[in-house]
Amino acid sequence: MGIERSEVAKVARLARIAMSDRELDTFSDQLSRILDYFDKLSELDTADVEPLSHALPVANVFRDDTPGKSLPVDDALSNAPERTATAFKVPRVLDEGSSA
Amino acid sequence: MADLPDLTATEMLAALERGETTSRQLVAASLERIDALDGRVRAFLSTRGDDALAEAEAVDRRRAAGEAVGPLAGIPVAVKDNLCTADGAPTTCASRMLADFRAPYDAAVVSALRDAGAVIVGKTNLDEFAMGSSTENSAFEPTRNPWDLDRVPGGSSGGSAAAVAARMVPLALGSDTGGSIRQPASLCGVVGLKPTYGRVSRYGLVAFASSLDQIGPLARTAEDAALLLQTVAGHDPRDATSVDRAVPDYAAAVREADVAGLKVGVPREFFGRGLDAEVERLVRAAVQAYEDAGATVSEVSLPHSAYAVEAYYLVATAEASSNLARYDGAHYGHRSADHQDMIDMYCRSRAEGFGPEVKRRIMLGTFALSSGYYDAYYLKALKVRRLIKQDFDAAFARVDCIMGPACPTAAFRLGEKTDDPLSMYLLDIYTTSANLATIPGVSVPCGFTPGGLPVGLQIMSDVFTEHRLLALASVLQRTTDAHRRLPPLLGDGDGGKGATP
Repeated sequence: MGIERSEVAKVARLARIAMSDRELDTFSDQLSRILDYFDKLSELDTADVEPLSHALPVANVFRDDTPGKSLPVDDALSNAPERTATAFKVPRVLDEGSSA
Repeated sequence: MADLPDLTATEMLAALERGETTSRQLVAASLERIDALDGRVRAFLSTRGDDALAEAEAVDRRRAAGEAVGPLAGIPVAVKDNLCTADGAPTTCASRMLADFRAPYDAAVVSALRDAGAVIVGKTNLDEFAMGSSTENSAFEPTRNPWDLDRVPGGSSGGSAAAVAARMVPLALGSDTGGSIRQPASLCGVVGLKPTYGRVSRYGLVAFASSLDQIGPLARTAEDAALLLQTVAGHDPRDATSVDRAVPDYAAAVREADVAGLKVGVPREFFGRGLDAEVERLVRAAVQAYEDAGATVSEVSLPHSAYAVEAYYLVATAEASSNLARYDGAHYGHRSADHQDMIDMYCRSRAEGFGPEVKRRIMLGTFALSSGYYDAYYLKALKVRRLIKQDFDAAFARVDCIMGPACPTAAFRLGEKTDDPLSMYLLDIYTTSANLATIPGVSVPCGFTPGGLPVGLQIMSDVFTEHRLLALASVLQRTTDAHRRLPPLLGDGDGGKGATP
């Protein structure tokens, strides 16, 4: 089962990665071959098998709801490409007429 | 006494305690060796010479004053560059996305190293965001194998493996998601161990695949690997997946290692097509050494291991697509200079910041999780994961450990596999099962090919039995001297040639 170029373009949009036409062509080829290889998994009957995310029964790891030390604001902003005194500066998020 | 950097960490500590050397001398010798060799090996992305020497001197003063010092006090160590270090050095993950990123906090394992008194001399090279098996995916440059500079060190912890193999440092930390400690350890002739999932805190490890990533030690000897694992293992409330379970005395396990009555399983599926004949010969000889030492060897079967690479690349890429979504140019990392709006900023920053392999895996993962494909790909892979774990559970009911190759080949030439991503993925064929099943695994040097390239034996055992792996690794090291041979790079006349005794 290969992957259509239009599908690759859709995936690139979902993944928020800008891609040139040439890149879309190359990735379509490579991803098709890799996905064909993954089809091998369909040989296995997993109808009665539960999925496994963690082999260890670790669940609901809670801590007390008491405030602890957290990263100072300046440290948190220290790698910001653009910043104000207390915030990350980014392009306008909401704009009438723009589509997400 | 041998040249200082040729000592193991254990020998360095003994020499420090006897007053035969100082930490300043050890760290200076390490930095000198890096200076002499790293132009050719390219194991390090950054080094911190002056700061490291100052830290070494501080340890020396404390020792001289009779104050208590930590278990690694004064030992030069290296740290893979996907581990956050807040000492001014960058944490780049070998990516343009994070080329100038300065972590505001230390990873848990880095704090543990510092608390133990270890002196971090530098950050090592890796495949970008730990995605790769050769370190050729580093956005900066590939690392070379110290045994043959035209060949790869393996990956993704290639820098750490090469730094230890070239005796720049006796100890290094790497990370392993699908084999990224064990495979480069095999290709570089060093010991590399991936702990049980949850044994070591992932706090401050830049996440690739959250249910598979683990940090572990690389060293020339099992004894040294035990020392490093002891320092970093343990529960950490900042990592909700870390397990609150006592850490055994790994050094004692190594000292008391004994294989009498041990049951070794050899999986028939690990000795099929694609395994290099030379690698097979050396691995089987190593297994024989255990039998000679009193172990019982029998064949086991891991039938679903044939599907491990596929399941791994679906689970890992799906998790990676989620973990790498944070690199969007907004809070840190590369932001494109030229964008029209927020979404455009995301798309361009990511296009410019990520290399091709990272993009490929994000795309695969996004696809596997997307509507219409989630059940057939991601969910299917998680079910196969359970089947793989069940194979190991069944095997460990009969045997104490499983032995086989760590990698189907010895080190290949740079550029040999870069045109075909799939051929690179297949190098993980023996290592991914352990990550999927969350069990620990170690690669220990077991000899050299006629061409002088190292080969590793992989040993896997049940969850939280790292002490057994380290003990077993040390037993092999009593019978071979593979770990004592010097790479030709270090100027020893007969290094790198000939077969194992």
